[in-house]
Formats: sequence, C-alpha cells, structure tokens
Amino acid sequence: MKSKRRLRNNHLWRRTKSALASIVAFVCALLVIAPLALVLFHLLRSGASAVNWSFFTELPKPVGVAGGGMANAIAGSFELLGLAAVVGVPVGVFGGVYLAEYGTVRGNWLLRFVADVLNGVPSIIWGVVVYGLVVLCFKGFSAYAGGLALGFIMIPLIMRTTEEVLLLVPAGYREASLALGISRWKTIVHIVMKTALKGIVTAVLLALARVAGETAPLLFTAFGNRFWNHNLSEPIAALPLQIFSYAISPYDDWHRQAWAGALVLVVMIFLINLVVRFLTRERIAKVL
Amino acid sequence: MESAATIDPPMISPVSPPPQRGTSHVQTSEVASERPAFEVERLSIFYGDKKAIDDVSVGIPSKKITAIIGPSGCGKSSFLRSLNRMHELVPNTRIEGKVLFAGEDIYAPHVDPVVIRRRIGMVFQKSNPFPTMSIAENVLVGLKLNGVRDRAFLRERLEQSLRMAALWDEVKDDLHKPGVSLSGGQQQRLCIARAIAVEPEVLLMDEPASALDPIATAKIEELIHELSANYTVVIVTHNMQQAGRCSDYTAFLYLGRLIEFGSTTKIFSNPTERKTEDYITGRFG
Repeated sequence: MKSKRRLRNNHLWRRTKSALASIVAFVCALLVIAPLALVLFHLLRSGASAVNWSFFTELPKPVGVAGGGMANAIAGSFELLGLAAVVGVPVGVFGGVYLAEYGTVRGNWLLRFVADVLNGVPSIIWGVVVYGLVVLCFKGFSAYAGGLALGFIMIPLIMRTTEEVLLLVPAGYREASLALGISRWKTIVHIVMKTALKGIVTAVLLALARVAGETAPLLFTAFGNRFWNHNLSEPIAALPLQIFSYAISPYDDWHRQAWAGALVLVVMIFLINLVVRFLTRERIAKVL
Repeated sequence: MESAATIDPPMISPVSPPPQRGTSHVQTSEVASERPAFEVERLSIFYGDKKAIDDVSVGIPSKKITAIIGPSGCGKSSFLRSLNRMHELVPNTRIEGKVLFAGEDIYAPHVDPVVIRRRIGMVFQKSNPFPTMSIAENVLVGLKLNGVRDRAFLRERLEQSLRMAALWDEVKDDLHKPGVSLSGGQQQRLCIARAIAVEPEVLLMDEPASALDPIATAKIEELIHELSANYTVVIVTHNMQQAGRCSDYTAFLYLGRLIEFGSTTKIFSNPTERKTEDYITGRFG
C-alpha cells in the first residue's frame, strides 16, 4: 500500500518536472521570437506612414521642407554592396576552396583561426583600417573605400561557409572525376563547386545581408551624401548612414524618414534571408 | 587541350622481356605469353608508417578479367588504386617498387597522373553519378572537360558508351533526366558508361556490385564479361562466388602480401598454397 502511494507520488513529481521543462523551453522560444515581432511591429507602426512612392524616387529635401525621400541612399546601398561583393566574393570563395581542397592541416588551422578572429573584429575597426589605408592615401572619402570596408567584413564569413559546404560534397564525386582523367582544378570547379553552388550562393547572400545593415564601417569611408553619387571615388549615401544621421537630428519629419528607412532596410534583409531559406531547403533535399 | 579522340594510342612493344618476378612462391606459369597489361614489380604501399601492400610482384594479363580476392583489410583496394595512382589522394602515401603499364613506369617522375587515369579508368563501390548532371552529361563529362567539342562525335560516344554498359535501351528516352534519378543498379551501369566514354584501355573496379541486389549484380557481371573483349578488367571483390563466376585470373591477397596468382579455375579447384585453400573453402576470412 505504502509503496503504491510512493509510486503515484513519483509519477506526479515526474509529470510536474516534465511540465516545468516544457514551460521553460516554451518561454525561451517566445523570447527568441518576441524581439523580431516587436521590431517589425514598431517599424511598421512608425515607418509605414512615411514609406511612399517619393521615398523611393526623390532625394532628401532640405531642413524644413516636407517630403523628399532616400532614393540616393537606397541606390548607394546597392552600389556599396556591389563593390563589397567584388572584393569579398572572389577572395572569400577561393579562400574557402583553398581550405577545403588544397590546404595542409597546419596551414588550415592557422587560416581558420585567423578567419574566426577576423569574424569577431568589431565592424568599426574595419572602417578605421580602410580610413587609414584608402581614405588618407587618396585624400578623400569614397564609395570605393566604403565597399572595401564592407568587402573585408564579408571575406571571413564567406570563406568559412564556403569551406563547410565544399566539405559536404562527398569524396566519391572528387574520386569519380579524377578517375576520369579530369585535372584537379577542373574537378574542383566543374564537379565540386558546381555540386555545392547553392551553398556557395547562400554563403554570399548571408554575408551580403550581414553587411547591408552595417553603419560603423561606412562612417569614415563612404561618409554619406545628400545627393546622387556620380563618381565612385566621391562620398556616397547609404541607407544605414542616412538612418543614423536622420535619427540623431532634432526634426520630426526626419525622424519619420529614419523610421521609413529602417523599415525598408529590414525588409530588404528579410527578403535576402527568405531567398537563402528557399535555396538551402532545395540544397538539403537534393544533395544530402 | 587534346581531344579525347587522339588520347594516347595503346603502346605496343613488340619485344617484351619476360616479366621479372620478385617472390618465388607466386605461381604465374599459366599466364598467357602475351605481354601483361600491368607488370607490378616488388610493390609496397605505405600510409604513413603503416604498410598496406608488402612486396607484391605480379603480371596482370591484357584483355582478361583479373579478380583480386582476400579478407577485409588485406590491401585489395590499395593495390587496385595504386594501378592508376588513385591512392595518392590519401595524404602521406608512399610506394616502393614499380608498376609498369604497357611497359611504361607509371610512377616515373615525368608521368602525369591525370594522363594515367585517362588511360586507366575506375568504377567505385558506391555508384556516384554527378548529382548536378543529366544522364547524358554524366556520360560525356570526361570528354567535355577534356576539351572535346565535336557534337556529332559526342552524340556517337554517348550512345556507344551507354550501349556497351547495357543501359541504352533503358534510358534512351530519358537522357536529359538527372543521373541520380536512376535505380542503384542503373546508376552503377551509368558510372561504367561514364568510365568507358573516355576510351580507357583498362577498367579498375572496386567491388562494383557489393551494394547491389542479386539481379543488378548479375547484370553487372554479364557486362564485365562483355567488356573483357575490349578492355583489361581488374576487379576487387569480397565475394568469392563472384570472382569464381566472372574472372579469368585470380589473385589472392592476405595481410598485404600476394599469396597466390593463377587462372581462376586453378585457384578455385587446386590452389598451390595452403592459405588460399583455407580462404576459398571458408576456413577463415
């Protein structure tokens, strides 16, 4: 009789523990999702009213004049991303190829360590580095300098992800290709990289999404510009910079525009991530 | 970029000295008098400090099927891979001795392993059609990546290779479909078609049927038999019935050493070595 009760008590206690664990896990999951929901909600409430056609097509208006937009900043952000990709994609992808296909054990250890350290370097440091390397040398802020700073941030990100997706390609494909008398280089480009192409594109897109919102590295490289940029060796506007300068201004109208800019930026990054999701789903279904 | 149509013609050496055999206990007297495709002389293979193959000397006859049997870990695959230098993909590999292919040392310093592998093709245990390519692209990839552009020639090689691999009738209407959409046995025949499309002189097969069901295995064995009319075939198998069924010659490897080499009939009915007999009759391994 006694033992039976103890058994039931144990059962109750176990169920309580299980319920507690579920609740803790559920609350933590909510805490993960809540910030995203809050940010989106707040951005929509404060920014949606200022997002209109002229926001995408017009230049900023002078202080006191209502209306205007951030067309130059949106275009500038894309130009900067393009420049960053020119630097970051080839170096990052082929660095990843080296790690996965060529490197020696010790060399790879060093390279991975360096890449991981670089991944952790605060982005403003990149701005300072490029300021010293480029801006001072050429005596002026420029789109090139901004693109270079963003590209530097992309390199280690792309390199590590590319390495990982290349290592996912089964060794059997490399062997099959080499056994056909196909050279190592062609095997890597036409067989291994082609098999992992979606993964590599994903790596590039994630890196682009990451640097699209960077402000600090642009502060003393791209600098910002209230007008269209007609020459990449001149300062250029970028969405994050524009948001920054509008948000710290004392004008209500500019605050609204900053909210709108933030909304547009977040939606852009959100869309990139959606594309990545779509690509990786395909990749997992097909290759793995 | 050389076109595959002109890839190294088979080297014919009219005067062939009798191959030197290093170890005396190896029975090779029955091997045909024609010059062997491979003359392996005192070959040892090391992975780091580990010796995978120990002082093996053997002549592998041309245009015949030679089976390599032996218990797991005896060095069968290492030996096979050393015949087209595929084992070099493993870091820290080293060989001693010589492998002559058509009289030429494939490990000579000036020899490019890429060229060797173009002449000596390989089929693997696990079928591995390239997942990004269609059936046709899989067959033709070796030619295309070696610079063959002639469309008529490619089309002809496509059909010819698939016919030789006994796959043409099954896939001729689906050539654009992904290679990985085929069944396991078909995929393995696709890999054979891909290997013979580059017109090698030798096919090395590393347990090509061990992942297949009995019907697909029978098809592959029949195919191997047909291929031996034109190719030297070396097949590694852990299935002794398979070696008995489909090979002309058999080599028995044990702990990295070649215990016995001879005609399959002799090895299976009247082996010289006690160890061979024990293995064949299933007393160990």
